[in-house]
Amino acid sequence: MRPLTEDESKAVFTKLANYIGKNLIHLIDRKDEPYCFRLHKDRVYYVSESSMRMSISVARPNFVSVGTCFGKFSKSGKFKLHVTALDHIAQYAKYKVWIKSNGEMPFLYGNHVVKAHLGRITEDTPEHQGVVVFSMSDVPLGFGVTARSTVDTRKLDPTAIIVFHQADVGEYLRDEETLF
Amino acid sequence: MQDAALEGSDEEIDMEGEEETAEAFHLPTAEERAEEKNHVADIHVVQRRMRECVRVLGNFRKLGANGRLRSEYVEQLVSDIASYYGYNDFLAEKLFQLFPVSEAIEFFEANEVSRPVTIRTNTLKTRRRDLAQALINRGVNLEPIGKWTNVGLQVFESSVPIGATPEYLSGHYMLQAASSFLPVIALKPQPNERVLDMASAPGGKTTHIAALLQNTGIVFANDANKARTKSLTANVHRLGCKNVIACSYDGREFPKVMGGFDRVLLDAPCSGTGVISKDSSVKVNKSERDFHLLSHLQKQLILCAIDSVSPDSKTGGFLVYSTCSVTVDENEAVVDYALRKRPNVKLVDTGLGFGRDGFTKYRGKTFHPSVKLTKRFYPHVHNMDGFYVAKFKVEKRAKIKAGTQETGSTNAVDADEQQDVGFDSDEDKAFIEEGKRIQMKAKGLRVPRRRQSDIAGKVVKAAA
Repeated sequence: MRPLTEDESKAVFTKLANYIGKNLIHLIDRKDEPYCFRLHKDRVYYVSESSMRMSISVARPNFVSVGTCFGKFSKSGKFKLHVTALDHIAQYAKYKVWIKSNGEMPFLYGNHVVKAHLGRITEDTPEHQGVVVFSMSDVPLGFGVTARSTVDTRKLDPTAIIVFHQADVGEYLRDEETLF
Repeated sequence: MQDAALEGSDEEIDMEGEEETAEAFHLPTAEERAEEKNHVADIHVVQRRMRECVRVLGNFRKLGANGRLRSEYVEQLVSDIASYYGYNDFLAEKLFQLFPVSEAIEFFEANEVSRPVTIRTNTLKTRRRDLAQALINRGVNLEPIGKWTNVGLQVFESSVPIGATPEYLSGHYMLQAASSFLPVIALKPQPNERVLDMASAPGGKTTHIAALLQNTGIVFANDANKARTKSLTANVHRLGCKNVIACSYDGREFPKVMGGFDRVLLDAPCSGTGVISKDSSVKVNKSERDFHLLSHLQKQLILCAIDSVSPDSKTGGFLVYSTCSVTVDENEAVVDYALRKRPNVKLVDTGLGFGRDGFTKYRGKTFHPSVKLTKRFYPHVHNMDGFYVAKFKVEKRAKIKAGTQETGSTNAVDADEQQDVGFDSDEDKAFIEEGKRIQMKAKGLRVPRRRQSDIAGKVVKAAA
């Protein structure tokens, strides 16, 4: 386990900024307790400093996870955000999409959000913007990228894709083997 | 010939549907049983014979047939149970011995029925009332489990798969047997504590602990099996526990990796005789050797768990030992062993309002009287999986004067032996001293230095 290098932090932060924008600062400078990012193998963990200190005593081959896993670096050095980061992202999300209850299950099976399932959307969301997907009862379900801006969605037909799927909580079941 | 005639009469009575079959009931002799082994037993005959045996054993003095021993009835009953419910003979006898005769049958019956599905509300994300409402809206019929828990819900029927609802996936609840709540309730973790879960996969109890800590402090979740830690991390992340460190050590390495825990939960690997209704392969695949190996492992683990607890902890210093097994050698025997090996621990009340007390005496073994404070749970009594919970308080190690007490007791034994066998203890003094030294060393006590006379004795021995 080690802190991120400059390149790695840049990759992680730009990816996060995609969803939470300037709120990123709240993740790094927390009022309650200092938190930090740590890399183990190719996974990035977001963890409080006290937990991090404790986990130092775990030997590398026996280490499994600490705090929250945010995602992983691919072999080519790109950072992929995992659904496990959803809690933290949802808390600070700038742009949100709410889907109707009939759209919940299709989304949780890994499908894109279509216009027919769209319940609400944050005003003036630009195109290709990272958004967090909520159910109508404000439970975060996953995140993705908008296909159209809010203005453009008005004139689309019901089967048109609004949000491209990136991650959803269904992956806890579907991808348990590969996610961790 | 005699056999055939008897069977004939049995059938006759069955057809008449008479309940009063006392005089017709005949306990098969050893030869008849050997005969019966050769062909497949009729299930109705076996069932009726079991009922009769239970009835006779209930009032043996009056109902027992002349010239037949009680043990013959018991033997017949056990072998019938084994064949009727599909256990191997060893396990059938082991479980049979735990209960009075009629209750044993209830126990075996209960193992054939599955327990109700229960879920635990994740208090980190929602409240039980909200969760219940959300699930009712999805067509799930449920109700709170009981007064003893305020996070459990019992599911009666559901039109959707309960393990794949959006609420489940977003971590609002955990599918967990009711019995799995008990050790965590007994552990009673307080915020800001350091807690160890020694055998944690798939994380039901770990996430329960994290929820009770309200995401403060730290939870070490360990599991020896690396493949199973995947489901552990998945559940930890799904339920939003941020204070968990997951690692994969053999539990026996534990005080070396990290010690000084305020509370430790040891949900030991066990034979699973309490969860036969869930996994019926236990019925046939457990032999005597498995029980030996398991209880040996459990004894090692419990000592490591005790050593991992910090006796200086201001708020805690507790260890909870639990298994999903009902046998005595995995439960009371292990607890008793720990009490004997570690004089600085004592049993305390588990804080669970129900459950049967642990055995203090069992088939000629006598355990420490405080073993009464441990709790047993049975499928036929509490309608949850068979379970066992013991709670220890670990105190500071008192400085024991090594030797003083020990030698006193051994001297007495020596005197006894002297009278019986007539050894000359003066002559053997050197050997006796040496033996004591080895014994003390084995117990980990500090051995006093050798005296000159001992060395002289050794020389004599060597010369001889």
